[in-house]
Amino acid sequence: MQLTKNTPLIFPLLGGLVLLFILAPLASMLLSTTPVQLFDTLHESEVTASIWLTIWVSMATTLLFAAGAIPLAYILARKNFAFKSLVNGIIDLPIVIPHSAAGIAILGFISRNSALGKAASLVGLNFIGHPLGIGVAMAFVSIPFLINAARDGFSGVPYKLEQAALNLGASPATVFFTVALPLAWRNILSGLIMMFGRGLSEFGAVIIVAYHPMITPILIYERFNSFGLQYARPVAVIFILICLAFFLLFRLLVKKKYAKT
Amino acid sequence: MLKLKNLTKQLGEFSLHNINLDIEPGDYFILLGRSGAGKTILLELIAGLLQPDLGEIWLQEEIITHTKIQLRKVGIVFQDYALFPNMNVRENIEYGLKRDKLSPAECNQRIEEYAHVTEINHLLHRNIDHLSGGELQRVAIARTLVKKPSCLLLDEPLSSLDVQLRGGLRNMLRQINKSGVTILHVTHDYQEAIALSNKVAVINQGRIIQCGSTKDVFRNPANEFVANFTGVKNFFLAEFKGNTALLKNNIQLHIVNPDRLTEGKVIIQSKYIVVSPEELNSSSTNNFRGALRQVIPHQSNYELVVDIGVELSVLISEESLQKYAFAPGTELWVSFKANAIQLLD
Repeated sequence: MQLTKNTPLIFPLLGGLVLLFILAPLASMLLSTTPVQLFDTLHESEVTASIWLTIWVSMATTLLFAAGAIPLAYILARKNFAFKSLVNGIIDLPIVIPHSAAGIAILGFISRNSALGKAASLVGLNFIGHPLGIGVAMAFVSIPFLINAARDGFSGVPYKLEQAALNLGASPATVFFTVALPLAWRNILSGLIMMFGRGLSEFGAVIIVAYHPMITPILIYERFNSFGLQYARPVAVIFILICLAFFLLFRLLVKKKYAKT
Repeated sequence: MLKLKNLTKQLGEFSLHNINLDIEPGDYFILLGRSGAGKTILLELIAGLLQPDLGEIWLQEEIITHTKIQLRKVGIVFQDYALFPNMNVRENIEYGLKRDKLSPAECNQRIEEYAHVTEINHLLHRNIDHLSGGELQRVAIARTLVKKPSCLLLDEPLSSLDVQLRGGLRNMLRQINKSGVTILHVTHDYQEAIALSNKVAVINQGRIIQCGSTKDVFRNPANEFVANFTGVKNFFLAEFKGNTALLKNNIQLHIVNPDRLTEGKVIIQSKYIVVSPEELNSSSTNNFRGALRQVIPHQSNYELVVDIGVELSVLISEESLQKYAFAPGTELWVSFKANAIQLLD
């Protein structure tokens, strides 16, 4: 259908401006970086180590927290209980509070003096300055994306299908794994991608919990602070391209999975 | 087999009151009621999808009122089929067998058996989003039957199908019932009740208004609601020979039989029957001399029960009754056209 058919002419113009607003800074950054700079930066072990750390911590965190977030989303979609609205509000809290404030809150929660920190130190673990701490900070700010997407997915599965499965002799757990989960899978996968992506880009909460080992957003900030824009830009470009690649790959997976089902 | 004792359930403004039903093994029991009368709620209570506030549900001499859904031996077929869209037809049917510890051979044999009964053998590998309404309904029935439930609960199974598909599915349900499966079927369509059931209960606003054999309920409605709702009294078992229907006492009716049915039921709606003191010279091909047995006053008209070898119910106005002075014992003529007779296979 023609873009302007039955639509005021001003709409695509205004929309185009918004798109330009998003694309212009990214394009400018990309065009200001030479292939040689990118190549040289990619050979810096500090950069590659930081990128790997960011990716694996965000991925591990997403998978680990999904084990709790998905059942919680199912309960929120299916059950009615006292203070359900309050629980829904609590889940959205990390989205609305400043991430540096979230970092302070997490630091108090996992520092050596906290109960959790003390328990962890008994088995030789220290969250602060450790990938574990980074993971906790990433999860705190990104988990609402997974819970909300999964809850919407489960809500979209007709309850009658689950009742039919129970009537056919399946246990509630079997019904969850054979009916609810496969049918809500597209939303859940979208939620996982959003959580992973949000974890990759987290800066404010992580810098307070763990400056070192350095995840890429902190590395970019540090290079900008110490050496300026010219030195920080190639790292930023590489990281953005990697994030885009992951994003496209996962979106493609969701599409394929959906086409199959 | 299935007994409901004083079953009561309050759902918001609506409530089911003190429901008592007794369904015998092998019954084809139809629960007849308008939309919102509480039919589906009653099925959901029996299946365990809802819990009653009061009362008991007994199945095969066992109380199952609070038994878990998955442990009740009743199979429910939902009005919207509730087939799993992430599985094909075979997987849908197989779903309930996975927990029955059957060998793969037994499992396949069971699937084939019920696919044959429901005539869906050719659909087993199809995705369910490629099936028509009638096919979906057959798959849903096969999926439930394959578990061999003690009682099959059907929620408006024919309501969303077109007339041609209904005939085929009715036949299939009749065969399933004849094979020994007890069926409780809810519907708003009195023709389904006449065509299929041996027992009927009429439900209105959460209360059972009348319950009994199909014949009794339709012939002797307990009150005006049932009479109006069932809407018909003149239905008879018949054998068809071409355009002739043979009723008991050798009564022969001229009918229109384009589908070449051989046996079934006929319905002659009261409003299409004309009564007169003498034989009418008209285009009606069905003219019978009979004796007036009863005159029953209704709110806005009178019902005459005329014996022509079978008892016919005829509705006339007060004006006509006074004009002809019909009284019990009077001899009179009834006539109706062949196309006023409805055939049910």
